[in-house]
Amino acid sequence: MIVYDKPHALLDVPLHYCPGCLHGVVHKLVAEVIDELGIEGKTIGIAPVGCSVMAYDYFACDMIEAAHGRAPAVATGVKRADPTKVVFTYQGDGDLASIGMAETVHAAARNENITVIFINNAIYGMTGGQMAPTSLVGQVTQTSPYGRDPKLCGYPIRVCELLSELEGPEYLERVTVNSIPHIRAAKKAIKKAFMNQIEGKGFSLIEVVSSCPTNWGMTPQNALKWIEEKMLPYYPLGVYKDRSNGEVKK
Amino acid sequence: MADKVLMKGNEAIAEAAIKAGCRHYFGYPITPQTEVAAYMAKRMPKIGGTFLQAESEIAAINMVYGVASAGLRVMTSSSSPGISLKGEGISYLAGADLPALVVNVQRGGPGLGGIQPSQSDYFQSTRGGGHGDYHMIVLAPSSVQEMAELTVKAFELADKYRMTAMVLADGTMGQMMEPVSLDFDVTPPPEKPWATTGTEMKRKHNIVNSLSLVPEELEKLNIARFERYEQVKQNETRYEEYMMDDAEIAIAAFGIAARVSKNAVNEARKRGVKVGLIRPITLWPFPEAPFKKAAEHVKQIISVELNMGQMIEDVRLASECKVPVTLCNRVGGMIPSPEQVLDAILKASK
Amino acid sequence: MAKLTFRTDNCKGCGLCVDVCPKKVLQLAPDKINKRGHHPVEAARPDDCIGCGSCAIMCPDFIIKVER
Repeated sequence: MIVYDKPHALLDVPLHYCPGCLHGVVHKLVAEVIDELGIEGKTIGIAPVGCSVMAYDYFACDMIEAAHGRAPAVATGVKRADPTKVVFTYQGDGDLASIGMAETVHAAARNENITVIFINNAIYGMTGGQMAPTSLVGQVTQTSPYGRDPKLCGYPIRVCELLSELEGPEYLERVTVNSIPHIRAAKKAIKKAFMNQIEGKGFSLIEVVSSCPTNWGMTPQNALKWIEEKMLPYYPLGVYKDRSNGEVKK
Repeated sequence: MADKVLMKGNEAIAEAAIKAGCRHYFGYPITPQTEVAAYMAKRMPKIGGTFLQAESEIAAINMVYGVASAGLRVMTSSSSPGISLKGEGISYLAGADLPALVVNVQRGGPGLGGIQPSQSDYFQSTRGGGHGDYHMIVLAPSSVQEMAELTVKAFELADKYRMTAMVLADGTMGQMMEPVSLDFDVTPPPEKPWATTGTEMKRKHNIVNSLSLVPEELEKLNIARFERYEQVKQNETRYEEYMMDDAEIAIAAFGIAARVSKNAVNEARKRGVKVGLIRPITLWPFPEAPFKKAAEHVKQIISVELNMGQMIEDVRLASECKVPVTLCNRVGGMIPSPEQVLDAILKASK
Repeated sequence: MAKLTFRTDNCKGCGLCVDVCPKKVLQLAPDKINKRGHHPVEAARPDDCIGCGSCAIMCPDFIIKVER
């Protein structure tokens, strides 16, 4: 009996991510869900600009590479072209919460029937570790070398909480992938986000608190601890909106 | 002769797009093109299509990118400042070789400028407008009938060459009403095996993409794209010549400027001045041949434009500077009068 | 009996699988370097494997296949 093997919806190619980067874990979860729901043939994924820009080479379904931050708008077009297709975006914090905030908020407000996978690792990875809209107060990055100072550049944005104030979105949940139980919970959330779309319920966003060992300047192991100790207190896990349950966390 | 209906230019574009099989429109309000959006908002829901008012021009062009990726005919429309915002998306459409229609009903600039007609986006349109090496097919109507016909043509050319096509009009063309026949033949879209419509588990995944990190590969892609552009130049260059056979003076003008110039040419002819008009219909590819030919027998070319002199550069290049090329223009939302153009002709004839 | 198979060439030697294994089955091979230049994971104590799949679930590069 096979306990675990590479999901079919991921191609058998090496990922370009750094050692210990959790993008691969989230890619696997998305692919496992696609496999389990049997939707690979009718799924179209939208890759962002950032570290996961080349996600289009990894997923076995049809893929589109979007301009920086515009994935929800591109997904809107794809979904409106054929609502029977399953459309997901995969975006990082710079892409989704900085340059693409307008596209994110409005896709959510329209309750666009798409699935958004949002990787929050509090840094710009691809460009070499600059401050992100989700970088923590005091966090040292290439562009906040003395630590993020809220007097200079404000406070990190909690995307799930922000979007939960909108009437539109169907489902918002924050998960993480720094341990086996957390990974299992994350998969459940991602599956629900895809199920919601298939059932026509509308916009689902799963925020995955993730790591960047390279630009955080840590071992992969310490990065997992840093998620637990620094990220989760500011970004609490949980369901922020689930319209089908009438659940709105405040 | 088919029945004609009285329509605004902007409405003619919208209805022609529907006739061409476009069922997806994404836009954002901006004067003087808003009638396109308003028309689509009314019509699309009745014919099973999609009208969506996007949160910005940037979002609108990226929604266009999504539908184009799915292989369907799709359009957006805007006016000058909005087209600047779409520049990013248009560059990505070019980089991913996606067909789409962008309509620009120009207004005066730069910046917020004004809301009156202009042709000051000639450079932006014909040189691409966004970053990188690319072109759009740019069609310049000079009547409401042409607004409709060139809209259909734009969809066909976009599909044929996997390019963005632009209908470049101006505030006058968009707002004026004329009788128009909407009875035209439409070439249906070709097969699009590259479209991201889902693999159905029957083929390798398709990728719509403009990223290419290996310089040798990106160079090849650029060269291949420009080979395609050469085909467009050879096959699709369009222009109108009016009274050019015996002309000693040539007017170069497109769109609304060409209408004004035609009146001036007629008036000058009445006075015995041998003047003709070359009206580019495709601004890219630019019709070089008629200007090269004209340079052999005219003594001067007058470029009539609603800008500070943009097309004049292409006229000089096409006529290889063999004859003087002068500018007759108004800007800021002003339109040259037939009298102003006539004066320029009479001055040149002396 | 649980069985582990590794796509060794794709291993980046991050060691997340090593830490997550409840039975300390895995190690980064101290005397091997794969073609990517990393010490790849190997089963140092394969007989202790209970086939829970945690290593494969944690591995970002899906190099581990677990059978039971």
